[in-house]
Amino acid sequence: MRHIIAVLLENEAGALSRVVGLFSQRNFNIETLNVAPTEDPTLSRLTVTTSGSDRVIEQITKQLNKLIEVVKLVDLTEGEHIEREMMLIKLKATGQHRDEVKRTVDIFRGQIVDVSSSIYTVQLTGDQGKLDAFIAAIGETYVLETVRTGVSGIARGDKVLSI
Amino acid sequence: MEMLSGAEMVIRSLQDQKIEYIYGYPGGSVLHIYDALAQQEQVKHILVRHEQAATHMADAYARASGKPGVVLVTSGPGATNAVTGIATAFMDSIPMVVICGQVPSTLIGEDAFQETDMMGVSRPVVKHNFAVKHPSEIPGLIKKAFYIASSGRPGPVVIDIPKDMTTPTDKFEYSYPEAVPMRSYNPATRGHSGQIKKAVELLLEARRPVILVGGGAVGGKATAEATELAKTLNFPVSNTLMGLGGYPSTDRQWLGMPGMHGSYEANMALHGSDLILSIGARFDDRVTNATEKFCPTAKIIHIDIDPSSISKTIAADVPIVGPAKSVLVEMLALLAKSGKQPDAEALSSWWSQIDQWRERHGGHYERNEGGMLKPQQVIEALYQVTKGDAYVCSDVGQHQMFAAQYYKFDKPNRWINSGGLGTMGFGFPAAMGVKLHYPEAEVVCVTGEGSFQMNLQEFSTCSQYGIPVKIVCLNNHSLGMVRQWQDMNYESRHSQSYMQSLPDFHKLTDAYGHKAITVKTEAELIPALEEAFALKDELVFLDIHVDPTEHVYPMLVPKASMRDMWLNKTERT
Repeated sequence: MRHIIAVLLENEAGALSRVVGLFSQRNFNIETLNVAPTEDPTLSRLTVTTSGSDRVIEQITKQLNKLIEVVKLVDLTEGEHIEREMMLIKLKATGQHRDEVKRTVDIFRGQIVDVSSSIYTVQLTGDQGKLDAFIAAIGETYVLETVRTGVSGIARGDKVLSI
Repeated sequence: MEMLSGAEMVIRSLQDQKIEYIYGYPGGSVLHIYDALAQQEQVKHILVRHEQAATHMADAYARASGKPGVVLVTSGPGATNAVTGIATAFMDSIPMVVICGQVPSTLIGEDAFQETDMMGVSRPVVKHNFAVKHPSEIPGLIKKAFYIASSGRPGPVVIDIPKDMTTPTDKFEYSYPEAVPMRSYNPATRGHSGQIKKAVELLLEARRPVILVGGGAVGGKATAEATELAKTLNFPVSNTLMGLGGYPSTDRQWLGMPGMHGSYEANMALHGSDLILSIGARFDDRVTNATEKFCPTAKIIHIDIDPSSISKTIAADVPIVGPAKSVLVEMLALLAKSGKQPDAEALSSWWSQIDQWRERHGGHYERNEGGMLKPQQVIEALYQVTKGDAYVCSDVGQHQMFAAQYYKFDKPNRWINSGGLGTMGFGFPAAMGVKLHYPEAEVVCVTGEGSFQMNLQEFSTCSQYGIPVKIVCLNNHSLGMVRQWQDMNYESRHSQSYMQSLPDFHKLTDAYGHKAITVKTEAELIPALEEAFALKDELVFLDIHVDPTEHVYPMLVPKASMRDMWLNKTERT
């Protein structure tokens, strides 16, 4: 099953490589990974999506917790949560098709952030499924380039991941 | 406040940490530190002949004393040579601090002379590592290194120090911190009392229990409590390879070691048990055999300081995260308070079943009457001559298993071996590290002619510092354990397991100024051992020729359960 694990990490050189190294050393997989500093400059927040049996996920969280620089972590998929990913995508937009692309972008509530005579560059935010659905709706033949941030997640309601 | 250079801070911090010995080898990147070392006497340095030996010496000192060992090596090859020893300590959870030189920070990343990314190289085999970014960080980082290495589940910590952090003319304020609190590192200080209560209830209900004492009980200094618990409950005990000595091996309640080369009765009892209380044992693959067939009727109580060791390979019914000692103290108090005892009748029939298993094998082996010595009888003779009270530092292979099976350890910290990583070449420097700190104790290295040749250069270190260890080399002219597997699984095709062109160990030992004794017959065995141990101030190498065709038994049948064993070359359970 797919899990989204959010990690608060000391914002120190080498801390990220320990997390990434752990996954390869112990044969865990990473589907997406994103990391950035938080409002507290001494902390980074990292979101990793991974999949595995309950036993594997238990090991992943325990092994992550063992890293000295990991301050706190939570498996967001254990509770109600919001997940978002942002994609920038360059689409072929010529002739009759140019309008069709614009309509699809509107339907998915994306924004065209750059325009040339033959290309729309679109920004789209949502969960992984929505982004995948957009690409399917546009049709792969019109996709020139994509870049995705990987999943970020946060718990719903009063739950807060902080120190 | 005192102003010191980074180099002086390194040595001063070690002094303030009350470190007596460090082991190492100088080189370009650590010359400033070695210069500071030379200007004081409190911290003594042992110059090894290869950095790997320095790490094993520090490691073995830690295993014998429970305190972290310290290593100092230079950048590049100095650091990479230390990696095997760091990995050895990591796998067996041994506290160690390794200080590595690094090229000046201005050259990092430029493929400078003797540059290696030691932070990257060591990352998978350390509990943690630090790179020094400013000289003033040195005391705090050294304190943190010792704290991390020796608390929680112990392990090695590397400190990478670029040369320009130790420049003698750059002085900074020095003070050694009393404590180094870290918000992201808080190892458990006691177990969950609800879980401990549940565990005690299970112990009292058990009808066919086994207590499994592992390396965590030895490292956690909880062996007295483990023994008291076993005695209070009259439960049988098995010590893992890392736990040998944790429960006295000569006691009636001891079953022997479990696993691959465990005793018949220990493996049978575990397989048939209804409850296993694991104290700091991690259910390693060499113990469990096929995990899906592991002890099908047993409930598992698992005490471990490291939560990730619990339910990693075998699911625990009652997990208890905490230091073994405090958890056991609480268990004993609860038991005493309850005033209850387990079902005596059930236990009595469990014990009679165990006694029947003991009859069946009991460590039996055939001697070659008038022929070549059997390795087992050498270990038995060693046990007899040292009265069971030596520090036994083993290398890796058949001799290691024979030593584990036939030397009966009654005290913890006496059996010193590379259990997790299985590092050949460990035994000799390990014995040196122990002997240096316990000069009055009998310290013996049990090795084979294969393992010994992986670190024999340390003969020279022993000459320099006068380290009179005894080396019992079970010389079978082959890599015995490889050969055994080839006999059992590869139709005796002895691919590269035969040691051709062995040195004349007598002349070799002599060349370094030590004494050698060759033993080929049973009649020579005990007198040679007695002579060796009577020579208190001499290193003695005993070249003992043993039967190369001998195998270690019992041996678990691959991919099967713990009750599936070869008992000798022809008989299987």
